[in-house]
Amino acid sequence: MKRVAVLIEMKDGKVKPACLGAISAAHDSDAELFALVFKGTAAASLETLQAHGIDRVIEITSQDGPIQWNADHWARAGIQALQYYNIKTLLGLASVQGKNLLSRIAALLEAPLVMDCTAVNLSEHTAVKSQFSGRAVAEFKTRGEYHLYGMRPNALSAVPSPGKAILEMFQAVLEKSKLRVLEVQQGLSDRVDLTEADIIISGGRGMENSDNFDILFECARPMSAAVGASRVAVDAGWVSHTMQVGQTGKTVSPKVYIACGISGSVQHFAGMKTAGIIMAINLDPDAAIMHKCDYAVCANLFDIIPALTRKLKEITG
Amino acid sequence: MCVKHVPDTAATIRIGTDDCIDENITFIMNPYDENAVEEAVRLKKQTIDADVIAVTLGKGTAEATLRSAMAMGADRAILVKSKSSHDSISTARALCAAIQRDGDPDIVFTGKESVDNEGFQTMFHLAACLDVPVVSNAVKFAMTDTTIRVTCEMEAGDLEHIEMETPCVIGAGKDLNQPSYPKLPDILKARKKPLTEIELSDLGIATPASRVEMIKIESIKEERYPEIIDGTADEIADTIVHVLREKAKVLDG
Repeated sequence: MKRVAVLIEMKDGKVKPACLGAISAAHDSDAELFALVFKGTAAASLETLQAHGIDRVIEITSQDGPIQWNADHWARAGIQALQYYNIKTLLGLASVQGKNLLSRIAALLEAPLVMDCTAVNLSEHTAVKSQFSGRAVAEFKTRGEYHLYGMRPNALSAVPSPGKAILEMFQAVLEKSKLRVLEVQQGLSDRVDLTEADIIISGGRGMENSDNFDILFECARPMSAAVGASRVAVDAGWVSHTMQVGQTGKTVSPKVYIACGISGSVQHFAGMKTAGIIMAINLDPDAAIMHKCDYAVCANLFDIIPALTRKLKEITG
Repeated sequence: MCVKHVPDTAATIRIGTDDCIDENITFIMNPYDENAVEEAVRLKKQTIDADVIAVTLGKGTAEATLRSAMAMGADRAILVKSKSSHDSISTARALCAAIQRDGDPDIVFTGKESVDNEGFQTMFHLAACLDVPVVSNAVKFAMTDTTIRVTCEMEAGDLEHIEMETPCVIGAGKDLNQPSYPKLPDILKARKKPLTEIELSDLGIATPASRVEMIKIESIKEERYPEIIDGTADEIADTIVHVLREKAKVLDG
């Protein structure tokens, strides 16, 4: 039987929801589904993984025990696991970590990798992804011994497929890495990562200054949303570039994108046009975004956002 | 450093009948590559004897991007000429061959991604070809002798501090520096700087066994038909909550 593996990412001790979407990409393929997990997290993830169609959970360790975070080591250990289990197709997320690991695995195997796919066909070895920052969509075919795909987070929904998974340990043999990870410095952990958020609320020129972004953070909290920004807000120095959505920022696919005081340039749309629902709050009825969204609110965001925050707090307690 | 000639981020992309884009639009240097050039040039200013070389694989028109890199301070440039399009594996092989033919670099800087094909992986393939370590999305860089310390941005603002030895490949992120835009005298001077052209076929690169092939490409039509939400602030907020809860199903409460 054909074998497909999914590279699992964890967040706060749980399987990232976006990984479950990536697993569902392999459901149609009638292949035996492997989950590759690192750093002693297999037991914690077993239940979730078997509920979504995984047949075998492989916990990757090394001769020295659990492998601490080092992208080079994780990639090399992952390759050894693929080779040991004779797995030729690997799926992962096009998240920051996924891009890092999948690209390294692809490079070391000189294998074809399509990154940021919105759909894949594992029997045809084809994948669909956006090109030119969302202005075109292309279908690719991977040719070679291995086939690697990085799925855009949230492009596919998790599909339950209950079953029983076997938990196995795989011990990789690692040499000293040329990369030395000195420290991983935690960012603001109560904030949701943009690329994986279900809801994003973003601010642009209409936010007027840095302090006003606080109302977006306050509104984001009760709905577990991430806060984004347009290039204008970043260039003005109101918020950090890590929050920028758009062609030279992050590409996101949330279920809901709420744009506050953002005009909606081509470059901004490049980063968020695949959102499920786009909602725009803007004083200017002629702003580009007001014609390219699903819900247009022509009002002052400084009236609407605080009102929305109050309602959300009432609901979530 | 490796740079790429890409369509302007503001350009309208039209797909022609031959699955190629209409190239009658403005092309620019890939925005992240500007950060790569800037960092290489800054390093040269600190270490005096550095030779900063801009390398690209592309058509003859990619010369414009190499001239931009030289206007920003690169000393010379290498253009590997090819009319066809390449996936990241064959691009990396070509860049690697061109780089090694020129000499052994201590550091290869490049942008963390390109804004046209968004493959995110050429630098990793290049590092594998050169058999050197690689990091991407670098936002801070420092070099002492042969030791490099970089800070890379990870998820949700997490930062990873990494150390490695030269030679290495570094993917520049937007926060690495603020690229300085060249002044007219720099642009004029760049026209006279040496540019070596190499035909890809002269590099004698073997065809890779694996590849990514584009089967088809089409423009995306943006079709969204806005529904207007109006009323008082409270009414609007109620409607938004309704959409979040009932239409998008993203609220638990």
